[in-house]
Order: sequence, then structure tokens, then C-alpha cells
Amino acid sequence: MDSQTPTPDQQNAIGQTLTEKIFSRNVGRNVKAGEMVVVKPDVAMGHDSLSPGIIKIMREQLNIENVSDPSQIVMVMDHVAPASTVGNANAQAKIRAFAKEQGIRLFDVGRGICHQVLVEEGIAAPGRIIIGSDSHSTSYGAVTAFGTGMGSTDIALCWGTGQAWFRIPETIRLKCSGQFNPSVDAKDLALWFCRQLTIAGATYEAIEYHGLDDLPLNEKQTISSMAIELGAKAGIFPLSNVHITPENDWLQVDPQATYTRTLEVDLNQLEPQVAIPHSVDDVVDLSDVAGRPIDVVFLGTCTNGRAEDLAKAADVVAGKQLAIRLIVTPASRTALQQSIADGSMQTLLDAGATLTTPGCGPCMGRHQGTLAEGERCLSTGNRNFKGRMGSPDSEIYLASPAVAAATALTGQITDPRNVTQELEIANA
Amino acid sequence: MPRVWKFGRDVDTDQIVPGRYAPYMRPDADVGTAAFIEAHPEFNENAQPGDIIFADNNFGCGSSREYAPQALKNRQIAAIIASSFARIFYRNAINLGLPVFVAPEVVDQVRDGQSAEIDIVNATVKIDGQEFALEPLADFALQIVGAGGIANYVKEHGSFPNAIG
Repeated sequence: MDSQTPTPDQQNAIGQTLTEKIFSRNVGRNVKAGEMVVVKPDVAMGHDSLSPGIIKIMREQLNIENVSDPSQIVMVMDHVAPASTVGNANAQAKIRAFAKEQGIRLFDVGRGICHQVLVEEGIAAPGRIIIGSDSHSTSYGAVTAFGTGMGSTDIALCWGTGQAWFRIPETIRLKCSGQFNPSVDAKDLALWFCRQLTIAGATYEAIEYHGLDDLPLNEKQTISSMAIELGAKAGIFPLSNVHITPENDWLQVDPQATYTRTLEVDLNQLEPQVAIPHSVDDVVDLSDVAGRPIDVVFLGTCTNGRAEDLAKAADVVAGKQLAIRLIVTPASRTALQQSIADGSMQTLLDAGATLTTPGCGPCMGRHQGTLAEGERCLSTGNRNFKGRMGSPDSEIYLASPAVAAATALTGQITDPRNVTQELEIANA
Repeated sequence: MPRVWKFGRDVDTDQIVPGRYAPYMRPDADVGTAAFIEAHPEFNENAQPGDIIFADNNFGCGSSREYAPQALKNRQIAAIIASSFARIFYRNAINLGLPVFVAPEVVDQVRDGQSAEIDIVNATVKIDGQEFALEPLADFALQIVGAGGIANYVKEHGSFPNAIG
């Protein structure tokens, strides 16, 4: 009789979310949401902005001289790349020396944004647990990894001990059906989620995105990167059917999985969205703010700086001249090379765009396009908090690459479907 | 006498310390000098050791920058009492040994500028002489805060607190 009574471990195996599956695999037993676990993350990433502090905490506060497992660690120079002050140049020199001494993989200035580089390099891969010193580490959910951001002390503990502690989160399911309208894409959907769930709507929870199997990887990255803007701990896409193999079929969605709630979205109903100053959940239909004057447009970031994003912008500006500044910061060297190869970089430059080094660009207001007092920026990034990109008296609007390009042509918030009409009005 | 600094909802880490004031950008400066430098200059200039921050929902949302709670710790803010916290900020604050309490019903009754004293271990706060009970910190969090932060805790004990280990 006893043999027929399921053990707690067997019971926990039933109806697991992707998050529960990933953690169960890591700890070697079946775990459920709500449990506290100590795991060895597959990857612990640090970028240039915080790694000097992480090294200091590990060595001076924890008294640990060497990292526990160099193969677990990745460092990327992206936040101020190349250095803009003696201070951050010195910090970067320290990072290079530390990486060399400890045998840690370092992707130096110009390689790109950490979240893009880890995906391109295959370091972010299905089923892995990846922690990063950056809140947009939720991005790794695009490749069915559990990615989450942590503070410097947590990363230092992981570098020094190999471990990190987690409370396994419950999961919200966002279920999509239908198809995007022309000129509407994943960015509009990510902003729509902010509008519906609010900036704290998924706090402490993981998200699973269902019904988007056919979405290209770059658009999945757009959506996962913005999971944090809902307060979420992770934002995970299931493996699409074409990517399921005997090695990873344990990661298939369990139809019996339990979710705290499900939000359904009909993509056919979705219109271009814009987040207005100064909160990512203050989102409106573009038509409500069309015509508002803009001084500068920023095309880039881990949310929307990939080659596909640059190509969408190039399609809109092809053969035309920009009315205002357009700063283009490719998410990676690979993205830049691809946009050169496919002609979109030439098109953007012909229109009058400014190209900066692949990396985070002006997203944090530190270099390459810091905003002046009173300036209004329309950005393809992920945050529009007051003062984030520069002066506390500047304003940031968030939108898709196509909207960004259309706005750069007219100098006012513009629906890409109305560009020709708007330009005719302006010229008349 | 320590005082109440009352904030609204969704105070993001860019408000607490703008990225332009990160230690990475100002390696020789105490990040505490940048606390709320643009979003709340009065706090920046006048906050005293022992003062308490009260805030509405989702305090500390946005980036993972630990220098945001570090700045408040450097200013010797005694505690942050909020209706709710953003996840990464909450964890960072505990890790640094900065006490954080979730108490929406207390936040609702408190006004900016009132006098405030906190007893972390007994989880009570006195506002203009009136005492309010707070939900005590979870045991593992109290152990970390008691050690002055998780780095101290791990250095002393060689592992994470038992409750989570």
C-alpha cells in the first residue's frame, strides 16, 4: 500500500510552473512556490557599473579573496562604455585586472549590453538560473531561463560562495491570442502589460508568457526585459515547439500548473502604446499623445536595441531626413554588424542619425546623450523615471522602434502609419 | 528628536539616488550625500541620523542598485516603514542591515514632520508619543539585521541564516 502513496517529492512534481521546474532541476528535488532554497546559480553576471563594489564587498566585507567558481561568473562592460571619466576608467581597469587574475570571462567595451551578450554567447540558455547585478536580468526569460536581478551584496555572496538564496515565486500567466496589427509589436505589448498590471502588479511573482510561440527571439527579449517594470522576479517564455529536444523536454509547460491569476490579451485589439512621464505604468494609446513635441529620440537598450529594432526604424526613415536628433545605440557589436550587413545602418545614417558605441548608451543619463533641462526625449528603452536620462526637469516617453523613427522624422509623437500624412502637413 | 519623512507611492531608485550620482560616477564621494538629491532636496539637506522614512506602496521600485538603500543607511535612517516594497530593494535593505517594515495601516496615519522613534527588536514605533505595533521582521531577516547585514552574518557564521539554509 505504501508504495502507492505518492511521496511529497512526487506530489510536488505534479503541475509545476516553469519556475518550479527550473529550481527543482537545480536543487535535485521537487520544490514548490513559497519554499526557501539555496541554489548554485548557473551564471552570476556583473557589469562595469557595480562590479567594483561587488569585488570590494567580497574581499573587504566577506574576507573572501578568490571567487568560488570562475566558470559561473561573467563580466560585461556596458554601462559607461567606453569610460567617460577618470573615475570610471579606473574602475574598469580594476575590473579587467580582477577578471584576468581570477580567470573570469570578460566582455569588454563595445561588445554590447550584458543581457544581449549573454544570449548571443549562449551563456543564457534554457533551464538555467541566472542572476545579475542588473534589474533587467529578467531578460533571460526570453530563452526559457530563470533570470533575475540582485543587489551587489547578493552577487558578492554568490561570487564568493557559489550560492544564492531564493524564495521560489508564484507565477502569473499572461496569455495572448491573435496577431499584431501592422506597426504594432512586442514593445507595445510590454507597455500594455505595464498599463494593465501596473508598476507593482507582479511584485514577488514570476510571469509566464503563453500564446507567443511564433514571436521572434528579439521580441521575446523586449518583453522579458520589461518584466521587472511590473515588479516581477522573472518573465519566462516557454520553449517554442520547434526548440524542444529530448534534452530539454522537461521544460515543457505542464497543463496542470497552477497560476495565481491569468491575464488574457487579444493582440488584434492592440494599438501602438506610449508610456508618458514619469512612470512606466502611465501608458496611453499613442493617439492620445500624438503631436506632442519631442526634442530627441533614443533608439537602443536591452529592450529595443537589436538589429531587428534598427531595421524597423530604418524602414520608417528610408529616403527621408530626420527633423530632430536620433541617437542610435546598438545593443551589441553583433547587432551593429547585422544592421550594417542588412543596410539599415546606412539608411539610418543617411537620414541623419547619430551612432554610438554598442552598450547601454544614454539610458541612465551618464553619457552619449544626457538630457538637458526641459528636454523631451522619446526612447525605446524601459524606464522613464524622473531624471533618469539627465536633468530632473527633462521628460522621457517610451515607445516602440517604429514610433521612435516616425517621431524622429516629424519632431512630434507620431504614429508610424501616419508618417507620410504628417510630413505632408508639415511641408504644406 | 528624530522625525518622519513621508513619501508617496512608487518611489523609484532613480529618485533615491540618480544613476548619475552612483559611486561608479563619483568614486570619492559618500553616496549618502546623494540621497534624494534631486527628488527631495529638503530630505537631502536636513535628514538626521535616527529619522524614519514612511512611504506608500512599492517603495524602491526600478533598478537593482544597492547604493540606493546604502545611501539611506549611510545617512543612518533608522528604518523604512512602507505600505509595500519593491522586491529587489527590500532584499537589498535587509542584506545591508537596514530595517524595513511593511505596515500600511501605520503609514496611513503618519504625517510628514511628526516626531518618530523606533524599537527594531520589539517592532514598535512611536509617533508624536503614540505607539504603534509593527509586524516583526521574519526571523532570518532579524538575524541578518542584527548582525549588521548579511555580509557580517556570513563572515561570522560561515553560512546563510538557518531559516533559509
